This record gives sequence, C-alpha cells and structure tokens, in this order.
Amino acid sequence: MSAPQPLLGLEGVSKRFVRRLDLAERIAARLGARLRDQVVHAVEEVDLAVAEGEVVGLVGESGCGKSTLGRVVAGILPASEGRLTYRGKDITKAAGAEAKKAALKIQMIFQDPFASLNPRLKVAEIVGEAPLVHGLVGRAELADYVDEVLTSVGLDPSYRRRYPHQFSGGQRQRVGIARALAVRPEFLVCDESVAALDVSIQAQVLNLFMELRERFDLTYLFISHDLGVVEHLSDRVVIMYLGRVVEIAPTEQLFAGANHPYARALLAEVLRIDSRHRIFKPVEGEIPSPLDPPPGCAFHPRCPHAIGRCRVERPLLKQIAPGRYSACHLNDQS
Amino acid sequence: MARTAEPLLRVEQLETQFFTRAGVARAVDGVSFEVARGEVLGLVGESGSGKSVTGFSILGLVDPPGRIVGGRVLLEGENLVDAGERRLRALRGNRIAMIFQDPMMTLNPVLRIDTQMIEAVRAHHGVDRAEARRRARDALGRVGIPAPEERLSAYPHQFSGGMRQRVAIAIALLNEPAVIIADEPTTALDVTIQAQILYEMQKLCGESGTALVWITHDLAVVSGLADRVCVMYAGRIVESGPVDAVLDRPRHPYTAGLIGSVPSRNRRGVPLAQIPGMTPSLLALPGGCAFRTRCPNAEADCAAEPPAERRPEAGRTLRCHHPVGEAVS
Ligand SMILES: Nc1ncnc2c1ncn2[C@@H]1O[C@H](COP(=O)(O)OP(=O)(O)OP(=O)(O)O)[C@@H](O)[C@H]1O
Ligand SMILES: Nc1ncnc2c1ncn2[C@@H]1O[C@H](COP(=O)(O)OP(=O)(O)OP(=O)(O)O)[C@@H](O)[C@H]1O
Ligand code: SF4
Ligand code: SF4
Ligand SMILES: [Mg+2]
Ligand SMILES: [Mg+2]
Repeated sequence: MSAPQPLLGLEGVSKRFVRRLDLAERIAARLGARLRDQVVHAVEEVDLAVAEGEVVGLVGESGCGKSTLGRVVAGILPASEGRLTYRGKDITKAAGAEAKKAALKIQMIFQDPFASLNPRLKVAEIVGEAPLVHGLVGRAELADYVDEVLTSVGLDPSYRRRYPHQFSGGQRQRVGIARALAVRPEFLVCDESVAALDVSIQAQVLNLFMELRERFDLTYLFISHDLGVVEHLSDRVVIMYLGRVVEIAPTEQLFAGANHPYARALLAEVLRIDSRHRIFKPVEGEIPSPLDPPPGCAFHPRCPHAIGRCRVERPLLKQIAPGRYSACHLNDQS
Repeated sequence: MARTAEPLLRVEQLETQFFTRAGVARAVDGVSFEVARGEVLGLVGESGSGKSVTGFSILGLVDPPGRIVGGRVLLEGENLVDAGERRLRALRGNRIAMIFQDPMMTLNPVLRIDTQMIEAVRAHHGVDRAEARRRARDALGRVGIPAPEERLSAYPHQFSGGMRQRVAIAIALLNEPAVIIADEPTTALDVTIQAQILYEMQKLCGESGTALVWITHDLAVVSGLADRVCVMYAGRIVESGPVDAVLDRPRHPYTAGLIGSVPSRNRRGVPLAQIPGMTPSLLALPGGCAFRTRCPNAEADCAAEPPAERRPEAGRTLRCHHPVGEAVS
C-alpha cells in the first residue's frame, strides 16, 4: 500500500483479562467443583491505522471492548498480544524516556467528569501538575500557562483556585479536557466523554472538541454508544462486536449503507428525532458472553443471514472496497 | 387514538419541596398532566429539573427532607396524595408501577430472582407458587432475557448491568399495571436491546391499555415512542403537547434549543447549535422566568414576572412571554 505512514498503527492487538477464583471458589474447586480461572477476551486481534488529523469513531454494544481498546491505545493498559506503533515507532514495549514521550502524546478523556478528577486539588494544580513534572513549562511560567490552557477550553482563568465540586458537569468535563491538553498531546482518546452530560451541555463540549481539532491539529479516537454523535464528528467509523472489529468505513458511506449484518442491525435501530411513532421489533437471539464467545462468527446466534460456514469458520476482516473493510462470509459469495 | 373520558392518571398542581439546610428546593413546582388508557407520555428535561421527583411523588415515595406540599395525584379517580401507606402498598406494583433509573432500587441483592418475582405476584394475586413462577418466567422472556427458566434461580449480581435493568422492567410488567412510570430505563442499554424493550412497552400499551409515562433526556426515544410530551425546566412544565406538534414547531425557547442541539439536526462537521450557560441551582434560581439567563428571546418583562401557563392552541400548554415563532408585538 502506498498510503502515508499512519500516526497510530495497531497490528493484531489483543487484550485478555483473567478473572481469578476467589477464596471460596478455590476451596470449592479443591473439593471437586468444576471451577477454573476465567479469561475474558475483551479485545481480539485488532488491526487499525489512524491517519494524522483524523477523527475515528469507535462504536459497538456495551461490553464489546471499546474502553479496553481505548486504554490500550492510551498506554494505560498493556496489550496481551500484538504491536502498537506511533509515527512508525514501536511503542508496544517502549521503556524509559521513549515510553514517556509516547504516553504524553496520547491522552485519554474519560466518561465521568466526577470520578476522573482529584477532589482535593485545585483546578490550577490539576491542569498544571503534569506539564511541570514533565518539564514542559518551568515553575515561573506555570501560572500563565495554566491560564492559557483554561482559556482554550472556554473556562475563565479566575476559576483556577476552585475545586472540582464547585463546577457544573459541563465545566468539570472542560477541566478534564484542559488537563489532557496541558501536556500538548497530538492524539486524544475520548471515552464516552459527553455521555454523562446534559443534552444542552453536550453540544457545548462536542463543539469544543471540534474547535480544538482545528486549532491544535489533533487526532481523535472517539468512543461513543451514541451513533448520532459519532456520525456528526467522525471521518471514519470502526464497529466492534465481542472484542473484534467487524466493519470499518468512511462515515458517510457507513450511514448510507453498512455491509456487516451486525452493523446493519445497529444502524436500523438508531432512533432519530424525525422518526415518529415507530413500530419497534424484538431482537432475535442474545448477546453472547465474552467469557465464552461462540465459535465461528461471534454474531451467528443473532444473524439473520447465517449459513453453515458461519458456525465453524471465523470470518476475517477483508477489504471490500477502497477504504472499506468488513468481516463477513457473505462477501465471499458474490 | 380512542380516549376514554377519564384519564387513568391525572396529576394536578403537584408541588414537592426539599427542606434542606441551605434552603427550600422547589423540585416539583405546580406540575399538571394526564395520561389516558394506552397512551405514552414522554417527560423530558434538563438534569435536575424534577423528572424523577415527579415520578417518586406520584407513587408516594418521597423521603424526608422532601415532602409533597400541594396538589393531587388521581389514579383511576382515587387521590394518592391522601391515601395512607397501606393503601399505597396495595396499589404499587399492582395498579401502578415504577421502573427506576437504578435497577438496584427494585432488586434485592441477597434474594434470588425467582423469590423476588414470585413474591411480587403473590403479594397482589391469590395464585399458587407454580402459577406465579410461570408468570415470572414469561415476563423475563418478554424483556429478552435468554433461557429465562435457568436465569430465574440466579442472583442479581450474576447479571450484567443491562440485564439487571431488564429484570427490573420485567418485575414492573408482572401484574400488568394500569399505569407505569419508567425513569430512563433504557439509557444504559444498547440500541438493539433498547428496541426490544420499547417493543414490549408498545405491545403492553396497545394490548392491555396500560398508560405509560416515559422519563428520558433522549428526544429521539420520545419521538419514536410517545404520543404526547411534557418538557420540564427547573421544576415546571414549560411546554407540552402532541409529539409531532412540539417537536416540529417548538414554542418554548428551551425546547427549541434542545431540539436544535441534537447532532442529527445539524450538518456534519458544522458546529452544533448550543444552549449557552448552565443549569441553575434550584436554590438560586433567577427571579421571573428561570430560563431567562440562557434564553435568546429574553426581555425585561421576563425578569419581572414568571410566565403563567397558557394554551397557545388546542392540546398544547406553554409558559413563555416571547415564544418562538410569534410576531414581535
Ligand atoms: N479490569 C478488568 N478485569 C476483568 N474484565 C474486564 C476488565 N475490564 C473490562 N473487562 C471486561 O472486558 C469486556 C470489555 O469491556 P469494556 O469496558 O472494554 O467494554 P465497552 O465496550 O467499553 O463497554 P461499555 O459500552 O459498557 O463501556 C467486558 O466483558 C468487561 O467485563
Ligand atoms: N433528597 C434530596 N434533597 C435535596 N434535594 C433533592 C433531593 N432529591 C432531589 N433533590 C433535588 O430535586 C431536584 C430534582 O431532582 P430530580 O432527581 O427529580 O431531577 P431529574 O430531572 O430526574 O434529573 P436527572 O435527569 O439528572 O435524573 C434536583 O435539583 C435535586 O437536587
Ligand atoms: S459471517 Fe455469517 S453469521 Fe457472521 S455476520 Fe456474516 S453472515 Fe452473519
Ligand atoms: S419567558 Fe422570557 S426568558 Fe423565559 S423562556 Fe420565554 S422569552 Fe425566554
Ligand atoms: Mg466503555
Ligand atoms: Mg432523574
């Protein structure tokens, strides 16, 4: 491929969690109960390339591994397998100064503006701590720098002596964004960053993300279960099901018509303010457990188009058109 | 839709206040609405505007320092505000049920699901355990819980958050109540599972004539599910009417702002229309109209006098001095 080098590259990235038996279960296991440590396959063999300046939306059902993938990208969790690159450099096992540099360039903004800020620190400390520790600004310029960052997210610098509880939800989310921006990142992972906000405040924060993108040439991985939000912001959309990527497509093409049966089911249920008095339909089948993913295509117990092959052979993510990828056997039988 | 003369639920000038050390919070400040047989009423509004407290007040579930200080709640003609706790207990879960924002308000963590559900049936109906268990299993199946027979013997912690919410919904459906108040029951669920729940709700309203009050901040759900909508701001209903009329021609500037900020109403990549400022604290509301510090239409009279409720057209109510789409006089 002659595509320019991506800013961020993932190759075969997997993340598994082991849920170990607790004491009671261990004793029961000794006495003959059939209990073993359980492995959660939260993220499985994800390949993804994100170009500089791009906004990539990440969607999928609750528990499909979106946050886990976001944390791996942000370096908060190590990958169990696979390789991550940043500007072509392998950052999977980076250590020391190299790792620190990559970690600063990729920042994460969390869902809950309440839980992610230390309640005992003033805003000036929350925002100023990391840039000072990492030597991005000296102590003498710190106050001015903090004011500048606060202003860039639309907070009055006079708020710098306040504590998090003295802010509204939308303002607190801005403090979280200011903290991330203060280390001059290039890449933001936003995990449900507007989900906890009031509808009237959501729009303010979404607009801020877009404005910052222009101003600081930011690249985003934008995780959300709200497809309306993702459609509005993203250039491309990645859809996950049970730990795996099932479809990748440019936003407009995806919303004009998805390829993967799960992606189609998802888009068909999106409610819009203009779709009045809908007749709702029941779901077929059930979300399987990541503890025990079905063999073959993980979507087959719910898929209306499943064929024999789907139950035994896992479909690979394949290019179906320039820039479009889907993991479904139906694409092989044209 | 066929309307019977008497609505199943009629709320009149309901007032609920919290007497806190910092002052009196008028969480519900003169709220009135009614819901007919088989009708779905959407209740939307800003966080903290009093939607949940309205629901709690209807079922007589407001705890101190909160108290209902005025108004009536008529369930099939009977005033629940005057009813004693014994009478309320006989009605709750039977003629009227609430699905809470947090499913653990319904579920007891230390009891198996079947124990809880069989209890809920037998508290109101003289049926034997086998029959109660059969009803419980059916209800779980209806909210899309797979293998309901096996799931009946599980404990709440063995379910994911979304499944717990569905169990709470199943419990509300158990006795086919006349009125259900559902408080953001699908906010945490995926769109495909949400569709399943909405399907069951629609069926219940259509087939058993249940009247449904659906509390949400998601206008898209209101659009797809509700017949009429009430919009709350700072303890008051500022606008109400048929869903089509209110969503297509909002009159209150807050409603118009909410609709305008929905991403699908905006062009991709273009900044979203936004309501400036933030939700005021109930203890420090601006005088006059509570929305005036954020309102694009505000004028001097908005600070002087809170707008009274009026009927700009049949079936609609509005509290605003300078509504959207009205010629300046
Ligand atoms: N620290 C952990 N230990 C064990 N299992 C975990 C851990 N973190 C996540 N999981 C499991 O990994 C799977 C993926 O979780 P993740 O939080 O990534 O999902 P998600 O797509 O972000 O879901 P949601 O939309 O609900 O936030 C889930 O089954 C979850 O229970
Ligand atoms: N126990 C309490 N003590 C004091 N004030 C309370 C109490 N419970 C609720 N309130 C106040 O009553 C008001 C209405 O709260 P309510 O929970 O009904 O809001 P809501 O519209 O349901 O909001 P949300 O969308 O966030 O659920 C809020 O301003 C809240 O602070
Ligand atoms: S591979 Fe088979 S089961 Fe999976 S989505 Fe495609 S058709 Fe459906
Ligand atoms: S009464 Fe005045 S301030 Fe209140 S909503 Fe109407 S125009 Fe705006
Ligand atoms: Mg998540
Ligand atoms: Mg509420």
